[in-house]
Amino acid sequence: MSHTPHKDYAGAKFGMWLFLFTELILFGGLFILYAVYLSRYPHEFARAGLELNVVFGTVNTLVLLTSSLSVALAITAIQRGQRQLCLGMIGFTVACALLFLINKYFEWSAKIGHGIYPNSPHLKEMPAGESVFFGLYYITTGLHGLHVLIGATLLVWVFFRVRSGRTNQDDFIVLENAGLYWHLVDLIWIFLFPLYYLLL
Amino acid sequence: MTEKHHIVSYSTLIGVWIALMILTIITVAVSRIHLGAANIWAALGIASCKSGLVIAFFMHMKYEGRLLRWCLFIALVTLAIFIGLTFFDVLYR
Repeated sequence: MSHTPHKDYAGAKFGMWLFLFTELILFGGLFILYAVYLSRYPHEFARAGLELNVVFGTVNTLVLLTSSLSVALAITAIQRGQRQLCLGMIGFTVACALLFLINKYFEWSAKIGHGIYPNSPHLKEMPAGESVFFGLYYITTGLHGLHVLIGATLLVWVFFRVRSGRTNQDDFIVLENAGLYWHLVDLIWIFLFPLYYLLL
Repeated sequence: MTEKHHIVSYSTLIGVWIALMILTIITVAVSRIHLGAANIWAALGIASCKSGLVIAFFMHMKYEGRLLRWCLFIALVTLAIFIGLTFFDVLYR
């Protein structure tokens, strides 16, 4: 081949970070809504927060933090040329993502079983502050869950790229950017967890 | 590729993970004690420490150049301005 394909590692990573900043502002808006309503309805928020299951929340926090570690390990592994370890770590991360979503499914099912879902008759009878809390809970954890799903899908795609060797020790920007996205999902959960699940 | 990439060692990453696990346990433990308004500030403080660790080590920000660091700083300042101006309005209405 007479020419090598153009590669701009720094540019690709910079682009990813710019995208992550827009995500930060997106979730930032939801956190501002939360903060404003928390200051308006502190007692209703506390009462509604008690309905959320601390065990589910804590387990999901540990799962996401561990998956963040495994994707970071996958990047170190590919940089050191340890392809099998890298594949194992990506696979583990995807398994953690699925575990998170399964937990979320059981958590939401229990809530919906108790009549707490958007526009439900039970929610309409609740005090205004509590229905606002659950509205924000569904939209924030829902949007976050969608990000988990997208992140896991990206990682599955990267898994096959690493396996086929298209992503390798010399060219691993795709893995690094997918990893950055995955860490963002983790970062949002780090704030979401204490604000929604640990409120007193 | 001519660029040199910093490789974060496995032991560093696992050390950060252990710190994150400990901070999670602390945040759950602290939240079970009634401290009034201090509860939310403790939760936010610990969450900020955890995200600092994730950004610095897992996201390699500690090893990045000035451009990315400044951009992160500007993004966080922008978010802080949004939050600050919103509360300026909401609290003194």
